[in-house]
Amino acid sequence: MKHLMSPLDFSVEELENLFKLADDIEKNPAKYASACNGKILATCFYEPSTRTRLSFESAMLRLGGQVLGFSDASNSSAAKGESVSDTIRTVSCYADICAMRHPKEGAPMVAAEKSGIPVINAGDGGHQHPTQTLTDLLTIRSLKGHLDNLTIGLCGDLKFGRTVHSLINALVRYPNVRFVFISPEELKVPDYITDMLKEKNIPYEEVIRLENVMPTLDILYMTRVQRERFFNEEDYVRLKDFYILNTEKLALASSDMLVLHPLPRVNEISVEVDSDPRAAYFKQAQYGVYVRMALILTLLNITVA
Amino acid sequence: MLNVGKIEEGFVLDHIKAGESMDIYEHLQLGKLDCTVAIIKNARSNKMGKKDILKVECDINQLDLDVLAFLDHNITVNVIKDGEIVHKKALVLPKMIKNVIRCKNPRCITSIEQELPHIFLLADEEKEVYRCKYCEEKGSKNL
Repeated sequence: MKHLMSPLDFSVEELENLFKLADDIEKNPAKYASACNGKILATCFYEPSTRTRLSFESAMLRLGGQVLGFSDASNSSAAKGESVSDTIRTVSCYADICAMRHPKEGAPMVAAEKSGIPVINAGDGGHQHPTQTLTDLLTIRSLKGHLDNLTIGLCGDLKFGRTVHSLINALVRYPNVRFVFISPEELKVPDYITDMLKEKNIPYEEVIRLENVMPTLDILYMTRVQRERFFNEEDYVRLKDFYILNTEKLALASSDMLVLHPLPRVNEISVEVDSDPRAAYFKQAQYGVYVRMALILTLLNITVA
Repeated sequence: MLNVGKIEEGFVLDHIKAGESMDIYEHLQLGKLDCTVAIIKNARSNKMGKKDILKVECDINQLDLDVLAFLDHNITVNVIKDGEIVHKKALVLPKMIKNVIRCKNPRCITSIEQELPHIFLLADEEKEVYRCKYCEEKGSKNL
């Protein structure tokens, strides 16, 4: 039984198959409308999320399956002190596949070790968010046509931004990829990521100012500075507006650069940027459903003729 | 000078940093073995000034010493058979260590999940870096 904990759980070939399936789902949605008839997805969300949970639910419903779950730890038995191991053993009796989000890092892995059904990590603290990564990769692949030979700028909260960590882990497997990390000193990318890049001889640079590197980028991945990742309000207020993408800064970029964002946006991308053809973040949300549909089919071993 | 007699079969763990023999005793779970153990503290050493030594009389296949490589690879492991040193065991870093060190990341699931073992995996053999299996936080040898 296969689970998804990290983007690295799938080989490059397996990812390619997943993306081809997602492409086919995008082109022929009717073909897959009953593929998961009689199957149930459990969404176990111990921390609030709208987008990820809804995209999982949308994916399962579009495949003809059904959904159950909870969207907040206070609505679940976790509030009574139940362990993740016990919760997943029970959920395994109710559903065929589970998507789990948890504020504690590694919680979905604990679940996978005890589960009788495939578990998908839907975000664990500041650690990994592999389905966002699959979404990002599918978006880049679909709009750029390739995942190699790219200079990717990642901007904002690179310390706690789990989408960033997962994306870097996935992209290092493609040839000739270069990273530019744009963040304030306090929110720099963690050492386990930079250690890994050094070990693999993958070029990267860390800069403070977005403007200076803009012309060199093929992809600009913006992230939100999240209030819940800070221990005090003062630090949050001081840093949240540090990096805002507006049309002036975007004018420095190449004409085919893509702007991605895992959403939700607060104010790190000005609304005026939305009409620029390079703004791809709402298309990204759509690709998120296709890739989750492909993932559910793959983990449940369902093939559609 | 205190004399501790020879052992017939087992291990002599030499060149333990002075004062650390009890930590090693705990990590090897020697308290659970039904065998003779001599703990020698603050023995004189030309190389180290002072050192600790552990003598363990047991079947040589009974003890997994890999964890020693993680704790302190300067420890010399003499394997004893018939009262003689038959060889000096080379310490190899274990691929995985369980409940030897604790994950210190307050955001890690190990901080709240009941009875979840603290497992660290060898991430970089050259730099002797271990990372938590669950959150990938670097492990620290400060026990």
